[in-house]
Amino acid sequence: MKIARAHVLVGVDDEARLAGVDEVLAVLRGAIAELGLEGEVQVVETGTLGVSGRGVAMAVYPDGVYYAGVTPADARTIAEEHLWKGRPVERLRLPTAAPVARPAEVLGRQVRVVLANCGIIDPEEIEEYIAVGGYEALGRALTQMTPEQVIDEVKRAGLRGRGGAGFPTGVKWSAVRLAPGPEKYVICNADEGEPGTFKDRLILEGDPHKLIEAMAIAAYAVGARTGIVYVRGEYKLSIARISRAIAQAREYGLLGPRILDTAFSFDVEVRPGAGAYVCGEETALIESLEGERGWPRIRPPYPVTHGLWGKPTVVNNVETLANVPEILRRGAAWYRTLGTPTCPGTKVYTILGHVRFPGLVEVPMGTPLRTLIYELGGGLPEGRELKGLLIGGAAGAFLPPEALDVRMDFDSLAERAAVLGSGAILVMDETTCMVDMLGSVLRFFRHESCGQCVPCRTGTDALVRLMGALQAGEGDERILSQMVEIVDAMRLASLCPLGQSVALPVRTAMDGFRDEFLAHARGSPCPRCRASAHPCEGAP
Amino acid sequence: MDKETIIGRYPRSRDCLLSILHDLQEANPENYLTEGDLALAAAHVGLPLAAVHDAVTFYSMFSLRPRGRHIIRLCASPNCHLAGAWSALAELRTLLGVDVGGTTPDGLFTLELTSCLGVCGVAPVMMVDDEVVGNLTPDKVRQTIARYRGVG
Repeated sequence: MKIARAHVLVGVDDEARLAGVDEVLAVLRGAIAELGLEGEVQVVETGTLGVSGRGVAMAVYPDGVYYAGVTPADARTIAEEHLWKGRPVERLRLPTAAPVARPAEVLGRQVRVVLANCGIIDPEEIEEYIAVGGYEALGRALTQMTPEQVIDEVKRAGLRGRGGAGFPTGVKWSAVRLAPGPEKYVICNADEGEPGTFKDRLILEGDPHKLIEAMAIAAYAVGARTGIVYVRGEYKLSIARISRAIAQAREYGLLGPRILDTAFSFDVEVRPGAGAYVCGEETALIESLEGERGWPRIRPPYPVTHGLWGKPTVVNNVETLANVPEILRRGAAWYRTLGTPTCPGTKVYTILGHVRFPGLVEVPMGTPLRTLIYELGGGLPEGRELKGLLIGGAAGAFLPPEALDVRMDFDSLAERAAVLGSGAILVMDETTCMVDMLGSVLRFFRHESCGQCVPCRTGTDALVRLMGALQAGEGDERILSQMVEIVDAMRLASLCPLGQSVALPVRTAMDGFRDEFLAHARGSPCPRCRASAHPCEGAP
Repeated sequence: MDKETIIGRYPRSRDCLLSILHDLQEANPENYLTEGDLALAAAHVGLPLAAVHDAVTFYSMFSLRPRGRHIIRLCASPNCHLAGAWSALAELRTLLGVDVGGTTPDGLFTLELTSCLGVCGVAPVMMVDDEVVGNLTPDKVRQTIARYRGVG
């Protein structure tokens, strides 16, 4: 990147495309040229700035001014007023209390480790990643550490998998390292499908080299030579960005034979999925990679010993891996200063639904739910009241407002019988019908059940039919106990976490919003259910 | 690009199966996989035809029946549902005159439902082919369909 007086960072992702970012960029570049600012101001297309649902967003550095909802006409104004005359356009500025210097402050008190570079560097240029310390950790690992020392550092950092289960990453790596056999694999699970979650997409699009670096470190630690990124087929931009990053890393000798002149060789391939939520489960993902239906395997044996092609395999989620380079660069002791003793580090959340600032945030583990919603999400729109929350995705828990003080980490949530899941937080105001929302969740599970095991296949179908009756006012109270019986059976007898986890939304919705379910069971009319139950029949 | 060329770009490895199928389906203006496509893919990666058929029917992005030139996939996951996906669906049904899974008689559109597309900040959302269309209202659905009808 050339040295310029100012940089305009424009977030380019699917959402921005939809808001017309291409046209905004064209006008912005045109205006900069007309004003003769070409050598002075540089426009950089970057990943997400962490702002969602507010159209085209951009940041001007070094001022650190953030704009949202920028139209092509606004782009011209920004060029004329801010870039030329030096007067920020107040009307378009993101509402923040104080002038912001870094995106860390844009939406409040964030601590960015995983997203540190998102919205700051150009994800399509490897030099920009290297300029902010990228590939330093890989260099250190390969030249100054043994694989065992790398694993040890990750263990001491206490990193736990961010895919949902929270399993210690170092323990997983260690098991693969110790597993016999010369051929081992590292798989990055980027088959993000949890409703309400798009953190992995934005890491893939905003900082793809971080993942490649992390996979190379993981491969060195466990003794693998091949890595695979399994990405959702629908994530077209993610696939393009990670593929480009891989090609660049090869060009620079950071992938391929004898990386950094060491004896370590490693390469990465991208494989798209094809639309199956269950493939986010690691054994189903492996089946899918082997050219089969994505049916989960019976465990044990686990992938750490019998994974891809029956060989020892590490499967890590995108967000988990994105923690690794920084752990090696700054050390386990630093990492442990973030989060809680049993869940160190940060967590990325997507805050959505009825909040003022929907979007992506990263905060230390253990941050109270209330802080996330009211400080980082800006609270509910004026005049609206909080009715409930769905946290952790579709397989998450429905919580009443009384739960707002729960701390968000694996262990604190487990105490409340809830889960961190994928980090999706759906905020619902008083206009929401919880019965209607549970109906939507259950239709999702019926559509995504892989059909392999009977409890899940028939259970999800029965649940959707019972919900339909409840929503149409044709049920009675027995339906509620029947549903609980079904989900309890599914929890005990299903083969994989998909079927087992349906119990959580069903039980928590009925516990937290019992009156509403009883009212429906007694045939009270509900306009929302009436409007949505029938048109969406057959919907996933 | 002809089918042999598409397939030739991939190593003869089973982990390339989905990539190959995606490419073959995209190369077909009717957006589906023919029996011939499946046979080609099976021979290339060394799987029995039945196994490839088995895999194809599992994944929602693949079709064994001809579909419209444009695939409309509306997200019906809880987040989009909360934001009003069902009213967008009602509008799509009326405009297209087909049900979920159906193709319009002129062969222009196929209507499908999908799980979360990961663009939840602008819910409700649909994808038309590779284009994301969000903040859907019945009005916006009408405009989008009209735009695609205009370009054919």
